[in-house]
Amino acid sequence: MTKTNFTRRGALKTGAATGAGLALPTIFTGAAWSEAHTGFTNAPQGSTVTLGFNVPQSGPYADEGADELRAFQLAVEHLNGDGDGGMLQTFSSQALDGTGIMGKRVEFVTGDTQTKSDAARASARSMIEKDGAIMVSGGSSSGVAVAVQALCQEAGVIFMAGLTHSNDTTGKDKKANGFRHFFNSYMSGAALAPILAAQYGTDRKAYHLTADYNWGYTTEEAIRSSTEAMGWETVNTVLTPLTQTDFSSYIAPVLQSDADVLVLNHYGGNMVNSLTNAVQFGLRQREVGGKQFEIVVPLYSELMARGAGENIAGILGSQNWDWKLENQLGDRYSGTNAFVQSFGQKYGFPPSQAAHTCYVQTLLYADAVTRAGSFNPCAVVEALEGFEFDGLGNGPTLYRADDHQCFKDVVVVRGKENPENEFDLVEIVEVTPVDQVTYPPDHPQFAGGSLGECNTGA
Amino acid sequence: MDAIILQILNGLDKGSAYALIALGLTLIFGTLGVVNFAHGALFMLGAFCAVTFSSLLSFGFVPEDAGSTSVGGFSFGALQRETPYVVHWFGENAGNAIIDWAVPLSILFAIPVMIAIGVIMERGLIKHFYKRPHADQILVTFGLAIVLQEVIKYFYGANPIPTPAPDAFVGSFDFGAMLGFDPGSIVYPYWRLVYFFFAAIIIAAVFAFLQFTTFGMVVRAGMADRETVTLLGIDIDKRFTIMFGLAAAVAGLAGVMYTPINSPNYHMGMDFLVLSFVVVVVGGMGSLPGAVLAGFLLGIIEAFASMTEVLDVLPGINQIVIYLVAIIVLLTRPRGLMGRKGVMEE
Repeated sequence: MTKTNFTRRGALKTGAATGAGLALPTIFTGAAWSEAHTGFTNAPQGSTVTLGFNVPQSGPYADEGADELRAFQLAVEHLNGDGDGGMLQTFSSQALDGTGIMGKRVEFVTGDTQTKSDAARASARSMIEKDGAIMVSGGSSSGVAVAVQALCQEAGVIFMAGLTHSNDTTGKDKKANGFRHFFNSYMSGAALAPILAAQYGTDRKAYHLTADYNWGYTTEEAIRSSTEAMGWETVNTVLTPLTQTDFSSYIAPVLQSDADVLVLNHYGGNMVNSLTNAVQFGLRQREVGGKQFEIVVPLYSELMARGAGENIAGILGSQNWDWKLENQLGDRYSGTNAFVQSFGQKYGFPPSQAAHTCYVQTLLYADAVTRAGSFNPCAVVEALEGFEFDGLGNGPTLYRADDHQCFKDVVVVRGKENPENEFDLVEIVEVTPVDQVTYPPDHPQFAGGSLGECNTGA
Repeated sequence: MDAIILQILNGLDKGSAYALIALGLTLIFGTLGVVNFAHGALFMLGAFCAVTFSSLLSFGFVPEDAGSTSVGGFSFGALQRETPYVVHWFGENAGNAIIDWAVPLSILFAIPVMIAIGVIMERGLIKHFYKRPHADQILVTFGLAIVLQEVIKYFYGANPIPTPAPDAFVGSFDFGAMLGFDPGSIVYPYWRLVYFFFAAIIIAAVFAFLQFTTFGMVVRAGMADRETVTLLGIDIDKRFTIMFGLAAAVAGLAGVMYTPINSPNYHMGMDFLVLSFVVVVVGGMGSLPGAVLAGFLLGIIEAFASMTEVLDVLPGINQIVIYLVAIIVLLTRPRGLMGRKGVMEE
């Protein structure tokens, strides 16, 4: 059930705002939106505002979901003025002052996506309709992100995506009410290609094993096109079922081919198992035509590295963010240390990239509302579109208006040979600057679909 | 040719896991008449015996003289480097060797633990469902599997936990060079070979136990005619309980030795459960040799269906081939490959 909040005063205000819009056919400004505190889904009425955090609390990504939830709790604490403030101190926009969002104390409800699109939609719907959530965030899969984003668009609330890497989230499935801070498959390909060429040469034959679902396809396409552009040949691409646990029968044909690089377009448990199996079959020790055989994993997470253990050593991949960025690469990545310090002090260990993107998305939403002076989703959309910011750990970043995708540097990482402990499994190889991973909005890998109009749900 | 040999090896190895789980399932079904959907969970519990034992061996303390360990400029509690007690007690070399051999050593830990879990499961829950329809047994054991899975997730998390093989078994054996093919064309991981031989030994031991011991003879008699054995004054229920414990230990050992092949996680039992039931049905309900034969057969067929040449002609066949074979076998031999008349036909 959606709350309509229809009152005489509200109707007058909405009428006034609409009249002003008709009389002045210009782009709405924050000041105009600030008059419109009703007439949209779940407009906050009392002294609090409710955010909905939809993360996998059960299923194979439950650990990643737990880390996202920790970050959300920390973000809410900081927004409400508790704790040490974290990235509020380093964020280039100084609109947030620790008094909640526009003076309303932030509360939150959680849902369990189970990493299943239908379950994620059901929990998001429940948070919007029963709990009055005005924004939904979180998630650990592109399938879930695309499904929940479409639901939020219909319901007239803002969706701040969590961990989703498929091109489609801000490509053919993009929506006006949805925003993604996390990077995507194209960016992984663009960031990795020059490093791969530098480390392994331009005369290489790649064999792709790809998870048989949307994210797998877009990642394979991105890595293929960027590696082929620098001279690599793709000798074979094989789809593997998402439910596969033993990849030995898929690794065996790699041995029969003349490939000298294996690209594992797998995520989570799939990647842990396929990489473990590939290493067991001696691919790391293999030589083909005088060249050392190499394995590449386009998208890494700390949890995947932990699951793969010592098999991850020496494997190149890409990440949205790493907790060691600021200490190793300097002030450009300011905000990183502030976040790691807050998170580490509260929980005793450093945050994952999933936690980082969720924390940042919450702050970005709160900041957009504050700058717009309204919780109205269309005002928030306007405040976020084209927003340039810094101090949230990734360096200077742009929320592009054309597709609601963040553009920032991409971290290329490698599994560490002699890690100190289970949180030190990944080392930063290089950071690919933002201009090398930026693409035009009409790029073929993002073709189809349109943002459409923002929806207030009124 | 080399591709075919490689896929046969893959099939034998996959078949070993299927056969071991199906063997335990059939033992329980043959003795107690229970369709045990919690059997996959026993496989998973076995794997977590290895995880627990490995972490017990690696359990350590932060030495006082360690100073402040900092990683990436931070020094949280979790970033401190610990010295395992085993290394502290037995010295660097012996201590690290014990930790390195954690998985094989876990067998000693897993056997009593799994037998105990099996006996408690049978006495505590499953015995109350002997006289109930098979559908009730399936529901209660499936529910138990979900509970066990969630308990493991609560304590160990949802992420896979790496449990490597001893260093001596890391790497792979070059069959190509041995058989006269190109070196490197048929390589097979040492640990998978270990797993295959381990499975063969366990299967042989179970058959020998049933065939050549008095206990086994009584159990076989009980499987054939429970009433008569009871009338002879033998407490067959007690022996069947012990068989349940043994079946749990077989599944558990299959899980322990599987951990270096794929990092264990809480739902690994479910991944094997459905396939193992297909194996039992194809082999013939209640037939121990049938379960083993079908395990290896379906493992090899699945491996062949994943070959690139096959997938080019029949895309997606690798995902359905086992069920396709099951349908064909059940249409032509409704009791399975080695099924006996009267089993589940009342």
